[in-house]
Amino acid sequence: MNIAHTLHGIYARFLPEPNMETLFWLCVTLGMFALGIKLQLRLGRAPWANPVLFAIVMVALALFATQTPYDTYFHSVQIIHFLLGPATVALAIPLADSIRLVTRSLPAMTLALLAGSITSVVSGIVFVLLLGGSHEVALSMAPKAVTTPIAIAITEQIGGIPALTAAFAILGGIIAAMIGESTLRRLGITDWRAHGLAAGIAGSGIAAAQVAQRDPVGAAFAALGIGLNGLVTALIVPLVLYFLPG
Amino acid sequence: MPEAFLTLLLFQLLGSGLQMLLHLPIPGPVIGMFLLAAALLWRRNRASVNQADTARAGFDSPALGALARALIACLGLLFVPAGVGLVTQMPLLMANLLPIAVALFGSTLLGLLVTAFVMHRATHDRPAPEKIADTGGQVL
Repeated sequence: MNIAHTLHGIYARFLPEPNMETLFWLCVTLGMFALGIKLQLRLGRAPWANPVLFAIVMVALALFATQTPYDTYFHSVQIIHFLLGPATVALAIPLADSIRLVTRSLPAMTLALLAGSITSVVSGIVFVLLLGGSHEVALSMAPKAVTTPIAIAITEQIGGIPALTAAFAILGGIIAAMIGESTLRRLGITDWRAHGLAAGIAGSGIAAAQVAQRDPVGAAFAALGIGLNGLVTALIVPLVLYFLPG
Repeated sequence: MPEAFLTLLLFQLLGSGLQMLLHLPIPGPVIGMFLLAAALLWRRNRASVNQADTARAGFDSPALGALARALIACLGLLFVPAGVGLVTQMPLLMANLLPIAVALFGSTLLGLLVTAFVMHRATHDRPAPEKIADTGGQVL
């Protein structure tokens, strides 16, 4: 790889300062995400042209070209990652704004939450085992629909691989963001309450982010979905494993 | 705006503190989200009871709403740093490619469908009015 070698040479020569490195990777990350949004608009807002996925792939390629370790990158863009915390708290505002809708559909929400959580956990385990995946992979798949920190805690408790669960949570979220809205619309489900809850429960953060950007009611139900699904899945997974043969 | 950001950070701090103290299985920011929602509702409720014209005073300010909208509008971007971490898991993912790919697709789709379908069927009132706001390019 001569090109990669040259690129790394340029990179190593011009970015000796830690500050420059931070600036560089922040610009790459923001730039690729902005480019991803432009591309998606150009493609008629196609949901499969997901800018999160685009940015992840492009940044990964840039890391490879410059032979930068992931730890260095993560340290550089720490500030973006940090904002996830306040942004999660910020979901409280759409939640409080649409509290009437939430309390009115509380029974429906409870049913949907239980059904969705159990389906996610059981189908994840069953699909992996049916296709000859290892027991460890199946265990790591079980809590994948939950927001990453909870998913990792559950995996550690049941003997899965935390890093693998984190990868599944992100990939599952991207898949849900890419196919969720169009699939549900095709089935005639247009209510933002259903869209938001489904994204929060089946796709955790990334899918919830997509719905939250589209509609405040969707944001409220996505926020509830994330929070409540974490609780329910933490209770369900040990129960399901108890009945799992082997 | 500084007060609005302080509000978010304080509630995240509160949530994370509670999580550590009580060893709760839910992440601090998620607890903070529920606490802030409760605080906002409590405050709005009290303001409407007192008939005060300071209904949106204190931490429940328009600035907080604006900041929340801005943060939520770029929520997807905030997942990129963690998402790039996928590259560190490539060997493991590739070793189990077929079961992982099928399970991720199948299970995510099933979870979405079941949740949305049950919710759709079990809500008997009118659907929430659909308003797809054109946010000028911020649509993910």
